[in-house]
Amino acid sequence: MSALLSLRSVSKTFGGLAAVKSLSLDVERGAIVSLIGPNGAGKSTVFNLITGIYAPTDGTISLDGRALNGMKPSAVAASGIMRTFQNIRLFAFMSVLDNVMVGRHVRMRAAVWDGAFHTPSARREESAVAQSAMQLLEFVGLRRYAHEWARNLPYGMQRRLEIARALAPEPSLLLLDEPAAGTNPAEKQALMDLVTSIRDRGVTVLLIEHDMRLVMGISDEIHVLDYGEKIAAGLPETVRRDPRVIEAYLGKGA
Amino acid sequence: MADIHQFFQQLINGVALGGVYALIALGYTMVYGIIELINFAHGDVYTLGSFFSLSILGLIPLSHIASGPALGLIALVVILAAALLCGIVGVLVERLAYRRLRNAPRLAPLITAIGVSLILENIMQLWKGNSEVPFPQFLPDRWHIVGGVKFDDRAVLVVAVSVAFMIALNLFVFRTRLGKAMRATAQDRDAAQLMGININSTIAWTFFIGSALAGVAGFISGMYYGTTFFLNGYQAGLKAFTAAVLGGIGNITGAMLGGFLIGIVEAMTSQYISDQWTSVVVFSILILILVFRPSGLLGEQVPEKV
Repeated sequence: MSALLSLRSVSKTFGGLAAVKSLSLDVERGAIVSLIGPNGAGKSTVFNLITGIYAPTDGTISLDGRALNGMKPSAVAASGIMRTFQNIRLFAFMSVLDNVMVGRHVRMRAAVWDGAFHTPSARREESAVAQSAMQLLEFVGLRRYAHEWARNLPYGMQRRLEIARALAPEPSLLLLDEPAAGTNPAEKQALMDLVTSIRDRGVTVLLIEHDMRLVMGISDEIHVLDYGEKIAAGLPETVRRDPRVIEAYLGKGA
Repeated sequence: MADIHQFFQQLINGVALGGVYALIALGYTMVYGIIELINFAHGDVYTLGSFFSLSILGLIPLSHIASGPALGLIALVVILAAALLCGIVGVLVERLAYRRLRNAPRLAPLITAIGVSLILENIMQLWKGNSEVPFPQFLPDRWHIVGGVKFDDRAVLVVAVSVAFMIALNLFVFRTRLGKAMRATAQDRDAAQLMGININSTIAWTFFIGSALAGVAGFISGMYYGTTFFLNGYQAGLKAFTAAVLGGIGNITGAMLGGFLIGIVEAMTSQYISDQWTSVVVFSILILILVFRPSGLLGEQVPEKV
């Protein structure tokens, strides 16, 4: 079976700086795959390449066998890849429910005119969307805050809301960029359970994370980047014991 | 007693004028909200609205139509046609002049906007000439007197139309999918894009709607004042811009509030100070806001920034 997402010798240089060097990577359907590495290793650049914010200098990226090269970010999103952000980027001045409904935007069919004139089909669709958005809020445990402004939620809940918003269009692949950053131990545990249950819904997850306990606990496979290059890959136990990984994190001689 | 009547008379004038300013101010504020550009060509789109209305009215044999309902229908058709044409002009201007400059330093699109304004003004001068153009007065000359204050159908039309379009805009921005896309784009363009929102078409729609509202304003001001002029949009645009800043630039409710306030201030100034001082007073307000409260009356928090 072919991989859901595959990167083939993808490189990205900014001026003279190689942020990502000839990276190849496969994400199998239904897996939780993690991308780890020290700060500045190029992990977020990889996300920006996958989502179309940056165009790769070299190499190909494909989803389900279809090349994504040259597609606009909105088109990549429409093809089934959604993401969250390292520093939360919710629509702060919209309600929690509206944030999720915007995520659903891609999947709506009614034309602009239908929306403007509130035709019955647009109204039916709108209420169906609101209903499925509510179910997603239930799933991440935010249903009772549906009508709060997003900015009024505490930090940990904003992280969960970002995940709900990203799940709204029913993506096949979800990219999570440091979802545990700044959360407390209890929230981290809840997050691990949430990521696992997202996988169980049939959504493949590619995760960037610094928290090793979380990464080791839920990943099916781990890829380690250092200075834009892949230095190790494999099962959590293998990666944990790899001398190059230990060196990259702790320095030589550790 | 006469004083009170005078006051209310001017209040009606101010509200009618304010409705026009509010409709124009909405375009300024929506475009600023979504791409942070002060679109100085916007006032000229308003003048174009009155010119389009004139040309469409020229196609209709008005003198053969006498009944009230038919005339009302004509007014509606002309409003919608002028709005549509102005909307198309707005979209073209965005596509041809502003889109390439979206990531350029902010001064570049601003200067481009002034250039577009000059181009539109010159086109309109070639089109209808260098003098005031009379606007056909096809609505019956009917006056109402309420509590000693006189006003005619045109004042009713101006206020009704401007309020109706503002309500429609509010429903649109807060109730529809495209409205949500606009608010999302205004708050975080990159995140919106990654949620699958097509930024280019959302921005184009924002220009369409803002320019269409200016077109509506062009028609109703032509009806109200009975005349139009190729440079009208220059002053009206600056005053509407003042209204948008007064309400808090980027804030839709603020633009409506600012529009009506500026209209009323202008009417009161001409009554109690002097006709010639209206611009001085209005632009002094602009300076005072920019110095003391740059975020405007409602601009502090921008929940409905578009």
